Amino acid sequence: MKILLDKVNVAGINSLDVYRANGGYASVEKALRKMTPAEIIEEVKKSGLRGRGGAGFPTGMKWSFLDKKSGRPRYLVVNADESEPGTFKDRYLMEHIPHLLIEGIIASCFALESNLAFIYVRGEFKWIINILWKAIGEARDAGLLGKNILGTGFDLDIVVHPGGGAYICGEETALLESLEGKRGNPRLKPPFPAVVGLYGMPTVVNNVESIAAVPWIVLNSGDAYSKIGTPKSAGTKLISACGNINKPGVYEIELGLPVEEFIFSDEWCGGIANGKRMKAVVAGGSSVPILPTELILKTANGEKRLMSYESLQDGGFLTGTMLGSGGFIVYDENQCIVRNTWNFTRFYHHESCGQCSPCREGTGWMERILHKLENGHGSMSDIELLWDVQKKIEGNTICPLGDAAAWPVASAIRHFRDEFEWHVTNPKEAMERNFGIREKIEVAV
Amino acid sequence: MLAVKTGKQIEFSAEALEKASQIISRYPEGRQKSALLPLLHLTQNELGGYLSVEAMDYVARMLHIQPIEVYEVATFYSMFNLQPVGRYMLEVCHTGPCAIRKGEWLVKYLEEKLGIKSGGTTPDGLFTLKEVECLAACGYAPMMQIGERYYEFLDTPEKVDQLLNELRSKMAQSN
Ligand SMILES: Cc1cc2nc3c(=O)[nH]c(=O)nc-3n(C[C@H](O)[C@H](O)[C@H](O)COP(=O)(O)O)c2cc1C
Ligand code: SF4
Ligand code: FES
Repeated sequence: MKILLDKVNVAGINSLDVYRANGGYASVEKALRKMTPAEIIEEVKKSGLRGRGGAGFPTGMKWSFLDKKSGRPRYLVVNADESEPGTFKDRYLMEHIPHLLIEGIIASCFALESNLAFIYVRGEFKWIINILWKAIGEARDAGLLGKNILGTGFDLDIVVHPGGGAYICGEETALLESLEGKRGNPRLKPPFPAVVGLYGMPTVVNNVESIAAVPWIVLNSGDAYSKIGTPKSAGTKLISACGNINKPGVYEIELGLPVEEFIFSDEWCGGIANGKRMKAVVAGGSSVPILPTELILKTANGEKRLMSYESLQDGGFLTGTMLGSGGFIVYDENQCIVRNTWNFTRFYHHESCGQCSPCREGTGWMERILHKLENGHGSMSDIELLWDVQKKIEGNTICPLGDAAAWPVASAIRHFRDEFEWHVTNPKEAMERNFGIREKIEVAV
Repeated sequence: MLAVKTGKQIEFSAEALEKASQIISRYPEGRQKSALLPLLHLTQNELGGYLSVEAMDYVARMLHIQPIEVYEVATFYSMFNLQPVGRYMLEVCHTGPCAIRKGEWLVKYLEEKLGIKSGGTTPDGLFTLKEVECLAACGYAPMMQIGERYYEFLDTPEKVDQLLNELRSKMAQSN
């Protein structure tokens, strides 16, 4: 079942007229004319919708924390920074069906009693920024934005704000700093944005996909949404699939789909490219633990692994991973785990904002050690040192980027230690070929 | 990286000034500093692809903030160039998902083809080659950004050559 991308192939759906002719903006009519803000929040709570940006926090609960009592201005900030390696789903949604996001923002702002919303888009998405401004202009001309929307007395404006190229600005408090015209340095929490957010005012920060799910919930009820997917993972999720598969792309799946089906069915990824075998998967963006084939297809208990929050987490970090942002990266038998870990660590080192020493220094250390290992200059004690450094970053930083840098390293050593050791004992081969030793993986299908 | 002092006075065209004031007016009263990132993008676009010290000072004056407030922001974000760059910036993604789908090959091929190292600019000032982190095009690898556009699935020498030729002739036409 699709609820976000069901109409994405309708010709001209990116224009207001076609979008409306296909039922678009019905949730705005319903929300503004027939519902109260409290009723909408209640429906979103009942829906079980969890934040689609990576952390999976229940959206309705987040909304209910928003400080309305103090009477200060409230803001909705939509996170369209999309910079987590492996993730390219929000881009797809905004590019193809921009009015769905605008519709979601209007219904959400009505519920949050907010009159100004921002869409923080990564600066590199220049054409998407233009698409969004155009959609906003069309909506304004149709009386769906601006003053006295649909004659109901509700006012709302939306500002599209470009980032400047910085992964850390996807972290919600760094995003707010950036939106205020500053460096993207994350803030200490608490206070949370719901109380002290943009310009010190109560603010809700939500991912594009979370907000885009709101129209369906308003129209069809929270109960109906909660029946899609699994009891703990309600609804559908956009998965951006990439790596060594036959059909990379963005797919809307019902949560609970077996991982094996997602990878090997022609409806989705279409199996491993070039007739190769699968070696590993990073299931939720570069930050989540990497799992070898045997653990991504089945849990440690031998149960089928499903595309859901709870199933991917099964086994904790020892044998499980996370759904994260839905950035699904598949590695074939020729890929080198040490090289990939070095590559990711270079990314985190580059993107660390530098405020906390464990993250600023630790990511650099890890990058250098991994570079040594990958290039055949490492020793066994380097593997222990690497383990030690990642342990010292995890949990000791202001924002979760530190953890996000530590987890890929920890999981790579945990599940592929033999490959790290092989780089030490076979330095010459490690230099010559680009892949490690896990070439004999049998795939279940 | 040190920014460049050109010694030249900066003045926006009437059209650019109009764009700037429109950007500033989007933000709530008293929150004009929020316009800094979009203004830096506009300025870099208007002034040949990089931000000189004078350009940053100009933005500071437009927003009535201290120059240091602009410097600290311009140096934080990767999209702002503090040194002159070529007419076309070829920004190739080198992050994991692209790297395992010929992303590393694309960097090497461009280095050979253009006769420059990653980070360098061709002697004719046409191309600057830069490696960047994930651009959210991971499924369409290998890829690069040039100006406002993404170019994806650049997995053969032919496709890359054709693109470079198109850019060269576009440049020749505009001269
Ligand atoms: C380093 C880092 C990068 C992040 N990048 C993004 C991002 O690009 N997009 C996003 O929606 N959330 C991102 N997040 C999560 C946000 O902090 C926040 O949880 C999210 O926007 C909340 O929206 P949601 O509840 O709808 O998911 C990032 C978090 C961290 C720590
Ligand atoms: S963990 Fe890293 S990115 Fe986050 S605040 Fe600290 S230094 Fe900055
Ligand atoms: S890894 Fe290259 S675009 Fe994401």
